[in-house]
Amino acid sequence: MNLAHGAGVILAKDDLSEFGNDPWWLWLVKGVLIFVILVVLTLFNIWAERRVVARMQHRVGPNVHGPFGLLQSLADGIKLALKEDVVPKAADKVLFIIAPVISTIPAFIAFAVIPFGPVVTVPFTDIETPLQLTDMPVAVLYILAVASVGIYGIVLAGWSSGSTYALLGGLRSSAQMISYEVAMGLAFVAVFLYAGSMSTSEIVAAQERLWFGLILIPSFLIYIAAMVGETNRAPFDLPEAEGELVGGFHTEYSSLKFALFFLAEYVNMVTVGALATTLFLGGWMAPWPLSLWDGANQGYLPLLWFLGKTMLFIFFFIWLRGTLPRMRYDQFMKLGWKVLIPVALLWTVAVATIRAITLDEGIDRRYIIGAALVAVLVFLALSFVGEKATEEEPEEEPEFDAFAGGYPVPPMPGQQLPVLTSVTGSTGTSAGAGDTDDGGAPVSEEDRGA
Amino acid sequence: MDGYYASYAPVLAIVVAGVGLVASIFAANRLLAPRRQSPEKLLTYESGVDPIGEGWAQIHLRYYVFAYLYVIFAVDAVFLFPWATVFAGLGWTVVGEMAVFIGFIAVGLLYAWRKGVLTWT
Repeated sequence: MNLAHGAGVILAKDDLSEFGNDPWWLWLVKGVLIFVILVVLTLFNIWAERRVVARMQHRVGPNVHGPFGLLQSLADGIKLALKEDVVPKAADKVLFIIAPVISTIPAFIAFAVIPFGPVVTVPFTDIETPLQLTDMPVAVLYILAVASVGIYGIVLAGWSSGSTYALLGGLRSSAQMISYEVAMGLAFVAVFLYAGSMSTSEIVAAQERLWFGLILIPSFLIYIAAMVGETNRAPFDLPEAEGELVGGFHTEYSSLKFALFFLAEYVNMVTVGALATTLFLGGWMAPWPLSLWDGANQGYLPLLWFLGKTMLFIFFFIWLRGTLPRMRYDQFMKLGWKVLIPVALLWTVAVATIRAITLDEGIDRRYIIGAALVAVLVFLALSFVGEKATEEEPEEEPEFDAFAGGYPVPPMPGQQLPVLTSVTGSTGTSAGAGDTDDGGAPVSEEDRGA
Repeated sequence: MDGYYASYAPVLAIVVAGVGLVASIFAANRLLAPRRQSPEKLLTYESGVDPIGEGWAQIHLRYYVFAYLYVIFAVDAVFLFPWATVFAGLGWTVVGEMAVFIGFIAVGLLYAWRKGVLTWT
């Protein structure tokens, strides 16, 4: 009874009355703008990804169509529209067609609750409206729910293709998403504890003084790992691992259905980036030196900060892809269930305790957070020390057998190639052994947009 | 359309817009793309060799265990989210209660861990 009473009092402070009052044409304008922004961002991000990854690999990247090759993605999109749409005979036709739709639409509708900026005046009218389509008391939960619906698209695509590659890709994707969604949800709890609300606009407002990304660093890190896992991006892009599963869940897809999956993936990247911005980096609030100027958080200017922060995450995604090799599936699941989730659980309890101390005992949270950070760092350092010790255990190096199991195999890391004895007896011996060593040279990944 | 559900109406609008976008994409594709099908083209792709058997292969039980574990933690989240939003002002009792609850969940995870379910063999 007491609890219900308290809940009523505290929930009442969510003032979302400025949402849902817009005239219908304003909804339409906002909705269409969200679509336009996301589609343009997708085209831009695909181009940016190819250019940035190219730079990282000492290539040039697409630079022919339009200035700096900016129209490359558009050209690719049009090309895909002109390609034949093949539905394999073994596929379940209805689901095969519905799957990309299920994957795409939720990617867009998750953006309905992302705040782009503060309350502004609509040009040419005197209507005041927030730069956000809508908000609700459970906005973040809504995003999680909608994102989960998007996963159905991938799973159904994998299942309905009637192909083993696609099925395995879809399965991997479902296991991956449910594993990382748990960690993601637990990372949010700390934010809710501090903001006292699940509404995105309230969470942004609660970060006026200090970004949650700074005081809740563990949550932020867990979220970053989880968001890469959720969006199937490198190094967690196991559902579409080219080396093992051809294209994974979209192996059988062609033409614009294939394009829809890519649209969904890139929109999802923007969505999780925008969500990270909203929950951890102060949303549309200007970053510190700029925030000293009062005008930085008024009018349409915050749109710029918001997009800037979101693009930062997009760059981070691209950077990860250019840097890290794909993880092995067992390592990936181990990271999710044995590291992220236990750490997130502990951290949730720790944040609740810190929050209770601050609220009830009146101790400044800075001391508590400082102490907690030290504890976490010590814990992390210890875990690294422990891991090293266990890794060093199986250190018996078996003699390298070039025909293990009846097939010619390359040496494992740490194994020595047997010294080759030259048939001709000339000086070619060492050169021959050296040649076989560079089998591990990194092979650059195929360009996605191509 | 007013009151609590007013904030959900724009979501419906954006769903409709999304369906419209996808429908127009499919229509454009139907109009623009050629259709020349042959039996070989409609075969399932298996890296160039003729596919053998059905694509719907048997699945390892392991995926199923992860789904079970997910259900545990999804329920966890269902309780944690509202708890977190009403947390302020309820004092130490709710911290203790949630610590006990998370403790129970953690025991479940530890059990799965000890049983070797989380290890991919």
